[in-house]
Amino acid sequence: MTESSLVYFGLGVLVVCAYLCLYRMGKGPTAPDRAVALDMLGVIFVGFCGLLAILTGRDFYVYLAIAWALLAFIGTLALAKFLEGRGFDE
Amino acid sequence: MSETAAFIVIGLGLAFDVFGCVGLFRLPDVYTRLQASTKCVTLGTCLILFGVFLYSGFSGMGGKAIICLVFVLITLPTGAHALARGAYKYGIGMRKPYLLDKYGEAQDEEMRKQ
Repeated sequence: MTESSLVYFGLGVLVVCAYLCLYRMGKGPTAPDRAVALDMLGVIFVGFCGLLAILTGRDFYVYLAIAWALLAFIGTLALAKFLEGRGFDE
Repeated sequence: MSETAAFIVIGLGLAFDVFGCVGLFRLPDVYTRLQASTKCVTLGTCLILFGVFLYSGFSGMGGKAIICLVFVLITLPTGAHALARGAYKYGIGMRKPYLLDKYGEAQDEEMRKQ
């Protein structure tokens, strides 16, 4: 049972990282700060899904990680275009 | 043996994630936060996914973890580049004692030509 306790420790560390990102997302003085924090939160969730795949031994968590990485990338590009102040059709 | 290697790699990845998030928490500026958190969290998440690959071997889960690793490794720096450019166009200046602003100089040059 030491393996699952190691994985639980890793999950706790990633939750602390997510709290730091949420602090920056709430406090951050400008809009790009919040966008950066949202991006980092998505990637930390990808790592979280990887650890959950080890813990449970099921591989749909890795599918979830792939899908979340894709959605975070698209959301980041949309936010960057919005901050740039242009239309989306460029 | 391979499980020990997997947990060592995952521990390294967790350390990089923590350092990236502390950088996001502590640094004073959008651009410094962006570079610290993006580089560290990219490497940390890639190491965690590589640890999943080492843990499960050449099974379905390991192959998908490698696909996800390559995807994160390509898309995250691209998104960070777009965010930095968007932040500059949004009008966030750099923190005051800075040394070099090549992008702003190039834009001024372009404005002067027109």
